[in-house]
Amino acid sequence: MTRLTTPQELEKIRKDIISKRNPDKHCITLCCGSACIASGSEEVGAGIEVEIENQGLIDEVEIRKTGCHGFCERGPIIVNHPDKTSYLHIKPEDVSEIVSQAVNGKKIIDRLLYTDPETDEKIIHESEIPFYKHQKRLVFGSNGSIDPKSINDYLAINGYSAVSKVLSGMTPEDVLDEVKKSELRGRGGGGFPAGIKWEGTRNAEEEIKYVIVNADEGDPGAYMDRALLEGNPHSVLEGLIIGAYAIGSHEGYIYVRQEYPLAVENINLAIRQAEEYGLLGKNILGSGFDFFVKVHQGAGAFVCGESTALMTALEGRVGEPRPKYVRSNIKGLWDKPSVLNNVETWANVPLIINKGADWYTQIGTESSKGTKIFSLVGKITNTGLVEVPMGMTLRDIIYKIGGGIPEGKKFKAVQTGGPSGGCIPGDQLDLPVGFDELTQAGSMMGSGGMIVMDEDTCMVDVARYFINFLTDESCGKCVPCREGLRQMNKILTNITEGKGKEGDIELLEVLSETAAEASLCALGKSAPNPFMSTLQYFRDEYEAHIKDKKCPSLYCKEMINYYIDPEKCNACMICFKKCPVNAIDGEKKKIHIIDQEKCTNCGTCFEVCPERFDAVKKLSGEPLPSPVPEEERMITR
Amino acid sequence: MNEILLQIDGKEITAGEGQTVLEAAQGAGISIPTLCHHEKLVPYGGCRLCIVEAGSGNSSKLVVSCVYPVERNLVVKTHSEKIDRIRKTILELFLAHAPNSAELQRMAQEYGADKNRFEKEASFCIHCGLCVRYCAEVKKLNAVGFIDRGIRKEISFIPEIASKECHDCMECFPLCPTSWLQAAFVLTEGLAFSADSLQDPSKE
Repeated sequence: MTRLTTPQELEKIRKDIISKRNPDKHCITLCCGSACIASGSEEVGAGIEVEIENQGLIDEVEIRKTGCHGFCERGPIIVNHPDKTSYLHIKPEDVSEIVSQAVNGKKIIDRLLYTDPETDEKIIHESEIPFYKHQKRLVFGSNGSIDPKSINDYLAINGYSAVSKVLSGMTPEDVLDEVKKSELRGRGGGGFPAGIKWEGTRNAEEEIKYVIVNADEGDPGAYMDRALLEGNPHSVLEGLIIGAYAIGSHEGYIYVRQEYPLAVENINLAIRQAEEYGLLGKNILGSGFDFFVKVHQGAGAFVCGESTALMTALEGRVGEPRPKYVRSNIKGLWDKPSVLNNVETWANVPLIINKGADWYTQIGTESSKGTKIFSLVGKITNTGLVEVPMGMTLRDIIYKIGGGIPEGKKFKAVQTGGPSGGCIPGDQLDLPVGFDELTQAGSMMGSGGMIVMDEDTCMVDVARYFINFLTDESCGKCVPCREGLRQMNKILTNITEGKGKEGDIELLEVLSETAAEASLCALGKSAPNPFMSTLQYFRDEYEAHIKDKKCPSLYCKEMINYYIDPEKCNACMICFKKCPVNAIDGEKKKIHIIDQEKCTNCGTCFEVCPERFDAVKKLSGEPLPSPVPEEERMITR
Repeated sequence: MNEILLQIDGKEITAGEGQTVLEAAQGAGISIPTLCHHEKLVPYGGCRLCIVEAGSGNSSKLVVSCVYPVERNLVVKTHSEKIDRIRKTILELFLAHAPNSAELQRMAQEYGADKNRFEKEASFCIHCGLCVRYCAEVKKLNAVGFIDRGIRKEISFIPEIASKECHDCMECFPLCPTSWLQAAFVLTEGLAFSADSLQDPSKE
């Protein structure tokens, strides 16, 4: 690679790359994000390579291994270019057909297409699948078309043009003004206006300033930052360079969790490639601006996603938060002014520079501009990553994009904002997503986790689960978080085990106030949210657990009993044979009975009882019907 | 040093730039409860007992006075219903670990804290970090440190250092608000510092 010394050279090399590419050549893009790799896309990819060779199609067909497309539920995913046929759930045995189909575009493989669940129609193109159709994939969209390991792929889609534009024609103040005008808010949790944060650092008197990418994504079920860093690392890097230029920083850090090996690999490779082209390092594109980036791998502490803990860890000390009374954009890493933004925030920056703040502010709501990537998981038909304009309603995200709740179950709540977020109930599904809207509903945007829950989910157990997670992840420095969460976890566990007492709710409220008001960092301050929001909307479930010893969702294991309905039991012996503790008494033609003394509530009988009999029931908070007298147990019907 | 004028509990106070609200209050004879604070140590902000209300104009927020720097015209309140309620809860959380600590009991009485409010916890240590920070910052020895994280966090002596340094020092002992440290030390001494375990294997 030659080092580029002017913006003109960048444009020349871009032209060269594009001109060498044949737009009519068949290109099979295969999703190789972590989720698809887990579903077997590496085997599929290897198979495609072999097939291309075996079928003698090296000159006609190429394969491109891309980052995450988002529709993880249906991975591995293939999109054939140029006709854009989209195939889902690919298995190695489909590969040969896909390769031969690629050169003969008209022969479409029906069985691998998406089937619309409502109309039963087959959908050929990715853009017409409801999951994609209702999204606005500005930040995430390129993931599906470029190889993240190739800087040339990024250059071919106009990559680094924003850096070039900034360095050749904008002053740092111009850049700052544009970002401020765009009203971009931090995508990592707090939603702080990025431009204002940058301005504080720019105006700080210190000579040395830092820019940092927070890629320590740790929310259970959330993986949008991983997908961006794995699938389009140069876009994050480009945003970071622009930010560094705007604030006058010459050194940047990318703090990425070690549990994301592919993201670590791809961002390191991207940095090397950018350095070789002279897009990083000394005198970038001949502008006189120097900027260097290093990757730091986090050792696996959730709390290090908190900005001050992250900086402390970067300094080589124990990753514990420090007081933020002087903001880190004034006194941050090594006490120097430091701008820390999350992966997605940085990836928005090139977009804003290229298309302008006026264009950007047309998208979104009054107080939340642009798009947001959500990780849509839980009891939802289409699990995956979705990017939508701010202001789309939860209902549209869950039903139009997510395809609703599987197995005909009823929606109960959606948990947004990660473990410290809150649960939003069904009557608020028309809430538009935005930073302030979600906060007002008792939850938060967080980094974009969205966990959908159906009627079988116990909300007290949800609170217990998240408080337990946070108890485990508390750094232990301050008391309201460490000790407060420990006690909250105990009380919530007791409630879900049927040992709740009068006064528990009040005690949880006191602990919540203490943690929210007196904790050192955002982890502790927001930790009571899972309890507070479930109490706000599902207080009846708490009361049922405590007063009636009943789990209304029939979920809490310690609070339910399994019971075989004698009217429905066909004495088929299936549950009798499957019970791991031999708690079921019965024989052929003799109605089965569960010995409650022996039963461990494992639920096997409930699962194995044939649907046509539906004889095993879960009961909670009500007495068990007395067993059928021995003489009436023989089935004569 | 520039002088900064602020108000604590209605009293006009002059403090030096860079001082904390706690230092300013103490300088003016206003008492704010503390537990993890020590004048020789860098403020830690761990126990949160010194929480106060601070603000200017119409807005005020709860801040921790041992780490909050004084500001011009800051108005500080060291007591309110909410502040006292939070302090009481914090003390009750501590008492779950060390119900018999004299220092905690004295404060518990002041704030009406109930030592039986929360389920008892096995460890006496309340993680104030005084021993750890004193050893590191004042003695510069690091013979005692924290291990693990969150609710599994514990203090632990590093045998290689402790066996050489601790016998002649023991300055951390009287700092401990729950007297757990002595127990830990004695136990560690008993288990780890025995003559056998300290023998250099290369000399055997």
